[in-house]
Amino acid sequence: MCTVCGCGGTVTLGGLELRHDEAHRLGLADPHHGHDLGHGHGLLHVGTGPAGVSVAGVSLARLIEVETDILAKNDALATGNRRVLRALGAYAVNLVSSPGSGKTALLVRTIEAMAGVPLAVIEGDQQTENDAERIRATGAPAIQINTGKGCHLDADMVGRAMERLDLTPGGFLFIENVGNLVCPAAFDLGEDAKVAILSVTEGEDKPLKYPDMFTAAKLALLNKVDLAPHADADLDAYEANLRRVNPRIEVLRVSARTGEGMADWVTWLKRRHAAKTLAKAG
Amino acid sequence: MHEMSLAEGIRQIVLAEAQKHGFSAVRRLRLEIGRFAGVEKPALAFCFDVVMRGSPAEGAELEMIDLPGVAMCYDCMREVEIADRLDPCPICGGGRLVPVAGDEMRIRDMEVV
Repeated sequence: MCTVCGCGGTVTLGGLELRHDEAHRLGLADPHHGHDLGHGHGLLHVGTGPAGVSVAGVSLARLIEVETDILAKNDALATGNRRVLRALGAYAVNLVSSPGSGKTALLVRTIEAMAGVPLAVIEGDQQTENDAERIRATGAPAIQINTGKGCHLDADMVGRAMERLDLTPGGFLFIENVGNLVCPAAFDLGEDAKVAILSVTEGEDKPLKYPDMFTAAKLALLNKVDLAPHADADLDAYEANLRRVNPRIEVLRVSARTGEGMADWVTWLKRRHAAKTLAKAG
Repeated sequence: MHEMSLAEGIRQIVLAEAQKHGFSAVRRLRLEIGRFAGVEKPALAFCFDVVMRGSPAEGAELEMIDLPGVAMCYDCMREVEIADRLDPCPICGGGRLVPVAGDEMRIRDMEVV
């Protein structure tokens, strides 16, 4: 049953059969009759507590084999998000980093460099709508998720934000996660790739200190390379440590400020998107 | 890292299992936690006690079983067991290892009444 409207049934789009609640996440025209899902710009507050349920039971002690992943619910929701994105032919990037690595500035420059390509942005922060406002100033649609005390985005938050965004078929979805190199590593959002941003003022050994996030990332953007001479940063040491924790990781050196390397990053995105489109067609 | 979210995930599973199997209380709950899962076990134990209040698992004994960390060594291309994420390969001494198992966070079973 659809968790948005309570309807059953499926909707077929782009050759894929979607469950009803997944269809809502397209952010397009509603699949049947008009619910107001608040499409467009907005702010999404999350943070609800579980409801207590008590169930009358039997008195004999017994063992129940559960064998269920603790994050099974998140993973199922992420799979739904991924199916929606696939049906749309959209490519989704989950941007992860420490606070202050320059994620939002990099995203603003990316949007400028991708002029004409349809894209939308989901911004995650504990508080304020500042980042979404910076994105909207470029003309791109953006939804801000405030996690309150939460340290990461999860698939439910992203799915709800996707419902409100007018995602264009064949476009990109950028998800800027909460600045945190620990928790977001464990939460699949349904993205096609995690991209880790590491700025050259953070210390060459950061990948060794927080290996999980750099292990989960397909690409690392070494940002603020224009500052490297002033920060005595050894860019080769950054790359060596990234490859030490993740031999498969790709690395690009960029500066959102000067624009250095931005063309390579945009090429990476477009190539990945094309590969996904080909895989779907094949 | 995010032990409170994990405890809430456990609570949801407990509630769903309670409906499915019709039990009123969980006496003991066993988790399997991989060495690379990044779970701080004392923090999870604390969150478990807090989050299970008012659920069938309130007051339940929590047992955590460690699962080994296994990684593929990109120098000798063999799968090896390592205790710590940044340990060198015990066979060739190489340092480029990618985890292939050990990120599990799973409820194995529950003793219920």
